[in-house]
Amino acid sequence: MAARKAKRVSSSFAKQSDAERHDLDSKLAAVLGSRTNANAVFDILEHLESKKEEVVQAAIRTTSKLFEVFLEKRELYIGDLPAEDDSLPDTCSAEDKYKMWMRHRYNSCVTCLLNLLQHSSFSVQELALCTLMKFIQLEGKFPLENSEWKESYRFPIELLKFVIDNLLQEETDSTLLITRFQEYLEYDDVRYYTMTATNDCIARVQQKTKQVLPPVFQTNVFCLLSSINMPVEQSSLENFLVTKNANHEDWKPTKLKEHKRVFERVWMSFLKHQLSVSLYKKVLLILHESILPHMSKPTLMIDFLTAAYDVGGAISLLALNGLFILIHQHNLEYPDFYKKLYSLLEPSIFHVKYRARFFHLANLFLSSTHLPIYLVAAFAKRLARLTLTAPPQVLLMIIPFICNLIRRHPACRALIHRPNTGDLATDPYIMEEQDPAKSQALESSLWELEVLQQHYHGDVVRAANVISRALSAQESDISGLLEISSSELFDKEMKKKFKSVPLEYEPVRGLLGLKSDITAEHFAF
Amino acid sequence: MGKSAGKKGKPPAAAAAARVIAQKARTEIRDNPFEVKINKQKFNVLGRKTGKHDVGLPGVSKSKALKRRKDTILMEYQRRGKVSVFMDKRFGEYDTKLTPDEKMMKRFAMERKKNAERKTLYNLNEEEELTHYGQSLANLEKLNDTVDSDSDSEERGALSAELTASHFGGGGGLLRKKAQSDQKDEEAEKPKSRKELIEELIIKSKQEKRERQSQKEKSLELTEKLDSDWKAIQGLLSHKTPKSERKTEEEKPKPDEYDKIVRELGFEMKAQPTDRMKSEEELAKEEQERLQKLEAERLRRMRGDKDQKSKRAKHISADDLMDGFILDNDDRVMLSYKDGAMNLPEDIELEDVGKDTIGDEDEEGSGDEEEEEGSGDDEEGSSGEEEDVEGSEDDASDNYSDLESDAGSEEPGSDAENTKMEEKEKKNKERKSGAKAAKSELPFTFAAPESYESFQSLLSGKPVEQQLVVLERIQKCNHPSLAEGNKAKLEKLFGFLLDYITDLASMDSPDLKAIDKLVIPLYNLCQMFPEAAGTCVRNALDESARAIDKMVEAKGRAALQGIHVLVHLKITAILFPTSDFWHSVVTPAMILMSQLLTLCPIYSLEDVAAGLFVCCMFLEYVSLSKKFIPELINYLLGVLHLAVPRKESLDYVLVPPFKPHGKNSELLLVGNNEDIDTWVKKPLPITAINGLSESSELEISHFKLTCIATCLDLVRRCVDIYGPLPAFREILNPITTLLSKHLPTRDYSLQIQELQADILRTIEKNNKKPYQPLVFEKQMAVPMKMFTPKLMPVLEFGRKQGCNQQERERKKLIHKHKREFKGAVREIRRDNQFLARVKLSETMERDAERKRKVKELFNSLSTQEGEWKALKKKKLKGR
Repeated sequence: MAARKAKRVSSSFAKQSDAERHDLDSKLAAVLGSRTNANAVFDILEHLESKKEEVVQAAIRTTSKLFEVFLEKRELYIGDLPAEDDSLPDTCSAEDKYKMWMRHRYNSCVTCLLNLLQHSSFSVQELALCTLMKFIQLEGKFPLENSEWKESYRFPIELLKFVIDNLLQEETDSTLLITRFQEYLEYDDVRYYTMTATNDCIARVQQKTKQVLPPVFQTNVFCLLSSINMPVEQSSLENFLVTKNANHEDWKPTKLKEHKRVFERVWMSFLKHQLSVSLYKKVLLILHESILPHMSKPTLMIDFLTAAYDVGGAISLLALNGLFILIHQHNLEYPDFYKKLYSLLEPSIFHVKYRARFFHLANLFLSSTHLPIYLVAAFAKRLARLTLTAPPQVLLMIIPFICNLIRRHPACRALIHRPNTGDLATDPYIMEEQDPAKSQALESSLWELEVLQQHYHGDVVRAANVISRALSAQESDISGLLEISSSELFDKEMKKKFKSVPLEYEPVRGLLGLKSDITAEHFAF
Repeated sequence: MGKSAGKKGKPPAAAAAARVIAQKARTEIRDNPFEVKINKQKFNVLGRKTGKHDVGLPGVSKSKALKRRKDTILMEYQRRGKVSVFMDKRFGEYDTKLTPDEKMMKRFAMERKKNAERKTLYNLNEEEELTHYGQSLANLEKLNDTVDSDSDSEERGALSAELTASHFGGGGGLLRKKAQSDQKDEEAEKPKSRKELIEELIIKSKQEKRERQSQKEKSLELTEKLDSDWKAIQGLLSHKTPKSERKTEEEKPKPDEYDKIVRELGFEMKAQPTDRMKSEEELAKEEQERLQKLEAERLRRMRGDKDQKSKRAKHISADDLMDGFILDNDDRVMLSYKDGAMNLPEDIELEDVGKDTIGDEDEEGSGDEEEEEGSGDDEEGSSGEEEDVEGSEDDASDNYSDLESDAGSEEPGSDAENTKMEEKEKKNKERKSGAKAAKSELPFTFAAPESYESFQSLLSGKPVEQQLVVLERIQKCNHPSLAEGNKAKLEKLFGFLLDYITDLASMDSPDLKAIDKLVIPLYNLCQMFPEAAGTCVRNALDESARAIDKMVEAKGRAALQGIHVLVHLKITAILFPTSDFWHSVVTPAMILMSQLLTLCPIYSLEDVAAGLFVCCMFLEYVSLSKKFIPELINYLLGVLHLAVPRKESLDYVLVPPFKPHGKNSELLLVGNNEDIDTWVKKPLPITAINGLSESSELEISHFKLTCIATCLDLVRRCVDIYGPLPAFREILNPITTLLSKHLPTRDYSLQIQELQADILRTIEKNNKKPYQPLVFEKQMAVPMKMFTPKLMPVLEFGRKQGCNQQERERKKLIHKHKREFKGAVREIRRDNQFLARVKLSETMERDAERKRKVKELFNSLSTQEGEWKALKKKKLKGR
């Protein structure tokens, strides 16, 4: 019974929405047909606030069609719009009055659509966003401002600003809609004005909340900013949403320099604020690739990066990449850089996600032949000490790494070859010492690698056996070993061809209870 | 060939003579300086062979060649216009394969056959007549028998004079003679008529015949008498037994004793040295040697391909390890051996088994019959018996574990043995009866299952004993030696069994007892098909690794796997040697364990149990090879850390997946001191990995304490194993710190405290070891460069040296071909020259003939003309 009822209800709903759609269509035709039916616009706009999703969608479509036509026919008032309540001067003709009235309707429609950007349904949001962008495009084409104004202002900045403000919510996560918006960011002018609008938005929110940005807002901003795909060359700036006129020399969106400046400004204003750890990591992850190269003055990032480097842990690891670019390309001098790097070497370094990246950079930093011997020795010894807790896939990478260090700095050979000295009571190396200069690594030997010659994995043993004879002059390439994971190691083993399978000769007596069965001592069925 | 055949055909003597003559001629030729051509060598070259070509006999070789040509080419040439060919159709005339003797035999046989066929088509009984020089041997024998052959032939062949006279008219002589004798006898009587004469003649001849006959008989008698007399005398003459006697007496000649022995010795097989019956010690020693060999093999694999390292790894003394192991093994082997023969208590056991089987055989008689009917092609003959034997063996192997474990405990106290033995017997009987019952219920043949479902249906719902029997029978029915595809079937069976075990293990309440039993057939199958088994286990491991990988990708960490993964790892350790440097199954298993220890954080007590299980296994894997496992140390440290009360700062470093201040960081901390006092160490139940059965506070506390004790025991083992490693102090530094400063051992029972003190003592002892600075291995000095010339073996002069074997072969072949080609061309040229010569001589001959004839004609013509002219002149003159 209930089911049937529900069915009936739904069918009646469908009927109802169908009817409303028909109603909308007929009203649209009526409004477009003759000005006398203009009051039907109210009915259409009313539907925008409907509870039903389908109706809202239909209404959005209808309004979109309606105002597109009006914009194209220039049936909206052009110029400064007086408030609706103001009494109009008599000089206005009926035509103007109509246009003004219609312009007011258009404005209220835009407001409605902006509100719909926070609608619960994503499809409605999306549709509203698309309609708004369409309006932006048409407004650019058929400006609602006076044409005597400058060409560059033809872009409907105000409208875009509203859209951006509505995208960058303070309470709700709108990353989904922002990713949808990303496709409009391909247009150079949209990108440019979005950046300026974002900058303004950040400033506004900051003022409102007094220095501390809400985390959701930050996430939204980051999502928007990270989806910005900056152009690399001036010549590629040709894709505009609003078709430009011939005289566009001074138009800012056409200049790469301006783009860069705005880009830099918006990022700086964003990064000025305290970021959450995960956001910090995300920013640092894309920093070297998609932020630093597009800044006009990358050195502005120094403060941010050094601060990040000092945080420690994974954030320090990630900051290394940006720092490397600054040191390498922008002559950044970082005192105690290597000391910091040295202090980053902790057992957990082998288990973090960004291991490959870190060792790639560490390899780069330590590739300089002008480093002092004590430093290299300290690094080598510390890494060797860490191998005592490392899983095999890391060992396969780290042993050649250490050997490369020794190869580059032949004076470090003492670490693996120190003839004619007596036995030592303890290892002279001081693990706890933070300063590599005082760690006495040069007086030590890499006994840890000798231990690894007894490792259970054959490849590790083979790698560790290298130190028992003079190292070859050729450095071994570790780039292929950096990213190897334990599952890859397993797969490698599985791919190995085997001819025969040796068997255990001790006869079996059961699951437990083989000789030297440790498990049997501690476990039972 | 023909030549050789011809030579063979000659009688050997003649051939020898010819050879001698030829030899002689050759030496003569050799001696003749005009016949010999010597290739003078200008100078001697060391190592060059100047074989047979330095001295030649051109005349001889030329004549030889000429002769050969005459035999071949000339004949051909002369026969060039002829169509008909002389064919020798005698059997085998041109067959070079037959020796002359064989040829003759065959021909003879064929001839006989031809004759026989004609005669004996319908004549079934007639024997073949044997002949000698064309005469029947039978006849010959007959003739020999009759002594008076001469007279007989005389009678038949040569007629008496009278007869001839009378038959053929007679000569005057005969008649005259007669007349004379008649005249002498019967002068008075009137002369006889012709008829009378003839009658008389007939009578006379008859009489004569009779006389002769009687004479013959007489002589025969006499000869016989003479023979017998001779026999009598013979014995006296020589000391030989008479021939006739000898024949009768010694139909089977009795050889001399001595001869017999000599013969016997001659023919007797040389006595083969047989293996001495081995004493038990020797057998044990042999077994020990076998194990030693296997162990040596294992050690070799453990060290991996490179043996150069062994020099360096001083702390693992190969000898030491081997000794220890063999000592261990030795006891075991001796015991296991004794179980078969000597050991008194087990002897009783054995007898018992025997009795049982005898007793059961009767019961099973019908069953056996059935089986023989049923199994048919499976096993010929005594399949029933075999089954029985197998069965008893199986029982024995079932008991094996008991025996072994008991054997271990036998040494300390032998008083309790008797009671134990009784118990065991009882158990055995029960089990056996159970097994027998199972056997009798089950069908005797099983087809090897093709799919896992059918395999499952075979085993499901049966008790473990029956499952074992089923598996055993499947194995036996499908033994690879019985049919072609059985190997593949049994290989599949291994996979099914492994899957089945996996299923058993991944149930909520895993049937570990069944798995424990099923491992035995698994091991047997694995011994049969190592490669297939290896692949199966690898795939199983791969599956679990993939599951972990997926989890890590999704969440960044993984949960500890279910019991089935642990069972797989355990099975790997059971089936394959874990100490190899690289092993196709064990190495992936180790990596998997490493993943389990590094990627799976601990959230609950179950995780602790599972993790400790993995740790136990990992340590077990390397217990022989003493390899270093960083993950294991990290994990044990992490687990111990769970038992430490939370503190702000730590002076030891934890390695992920453990965190210093995680939410589970006090998981193993025991709050209640009373619980600690009541704690007694007992093994952890494996099922705890799936979920703790204990619920009360007390039990959980005990569980925690057991975990800690287990962990500490593992640490102790690690300390023992890694003691000799050079950086031992650094490896165990965190654990040492934790044990000595942080672990609340004072609250624990005495047992754990002792354990901890023991560990710390061992660590302290090993920490005193001095650090020896690393030095490169001593390398062989690189030999100095020498300036002695490089020596290369020169095998053949005049050949290109530097190329490889193949090229050389090819060049040799080309060279040979060239030489042969030249030789052939020369031969052909010589042949042509010879032919031309023959043709020339023929033409010359023909021309000469023609000239002669022409000359003759001219002669005759000129004489004719001369005559004609003379006649004409005459006429003219006459006119």
